[in-house]
Amino acid sequence: MAHPATSLDNTPVSADSPLMIAGKTYHSRLLVGSGKYKSLEETRLATEASGAEIITVAIRRTNIGQNPDEPSLLEVISPDKYTLLPNTAGCYTAEDAVRTCRLARELLDGHDLIKLEVLGDEKTLFPDVTATLEAAEVLIKDGFQVMVYTNDDPLIAKRLEDLGCVAVMPLAAPIGSGLGIRNPYNILTIVENASVPILVDAGVGTASDAAIAMELGCAGILMNTAIAAAQNPVLMASAMKKAVEAGREAFLAGRMPRKRFASASSPIDGLII
Amino acid sequence: MKVTVNGKNHELKPRSSLADLVQLLDLQGKRLAIEVNQEIVPRGQYPSFELAELDHVEIVHAIGGG
Repeated sequence: MAHPATSLDNTPVSADSPLMIAGKTYHSRLLVGSGKYKSLEETRLATEASGAEIITVAIRRTNIGQNPDEPSLLEVISPDKYTLLPNTAGCYTAEDAVRTCRLARELLDGHDLIKLEVLGDEKTLFPDVTATLEAAEVLIKDGFQVMVYTNDDPLIAKRLEDLGCVAVMPLAAPIGSGLGIRNPYNILTIVENASVPILVDAGVGTASDAAIAMELGCAGILMNTAIAAAQNPVLMASAMKKAVEAGREAFLAGRMPRKRFASASSPIDGLII
Repeated sequence: MKVTVNGKNHELKPRSSLADLVQLLDLQGKRLAIEVNQEIVPRGQYPSFELAELDHVEIVHAIGGG
């Protein structure tokens, strides 16, 4: 922020500390995916507009013999500029997820921060929690810094934290559904129980969803489709950046208590009638 | 000799190295990771890594994903 808001005695009103994941600090609490864009140029512009510093990428077979001069994602999302977060999307077993992470580490010269997801079902893309726990254990022993996609179960979230995951990322709704925060009380319980960053991963549809997740006290949000599938992805990326910041400030500010009936904002005393 | 690369058969000269394969596929200088028979081969070992008949090679790169 160029001009942070200040209180009457000129001290900054928000005493927020930056997001810290695996010992590294980040100023943006919005993490974005790089999938589903119409072009690499759109990916570049939306990623820039989001202000995100951590960007997820997928690991896939190289197309042999097709367009050898085609620009690659890493020319647009440079590892020099962003912290890349290789994911294990598309993996349905712990073995496949571990194998994908090891390939990612080789691809990115020893980079060990990864997003673990082990899927259980193609229709819902819900996580296979037992396979996720199994893969997390293997990866952590192998020296990876694991940010883990999971469901919104507070017990499993805690168990993943206890295994040594550096961040736990419960879904708010199914991946790519844009249904918003379906179970805010579970997310809240996960946040309250945690001593690692909790990030909502998946399910956010629009800016208000992002603000709600942040108001619950989440450390950040990871999203892809909400930006990439918007009519104007670059504008939505900018909206999400603001929503995450606004939600964070509202969380830090502490909302007013809810009341069932009205409470006048103007004084009753001095009325002329 | 026959090897499988990303699920497709390729015919290589006997005793070809992984570096030879990368060059043959016009992938030199690209940011890749390679597995042979599910074991990662570090980039620095491509010139010295000799492929064998029926090896399964996987060549991957980073693409957009969430």
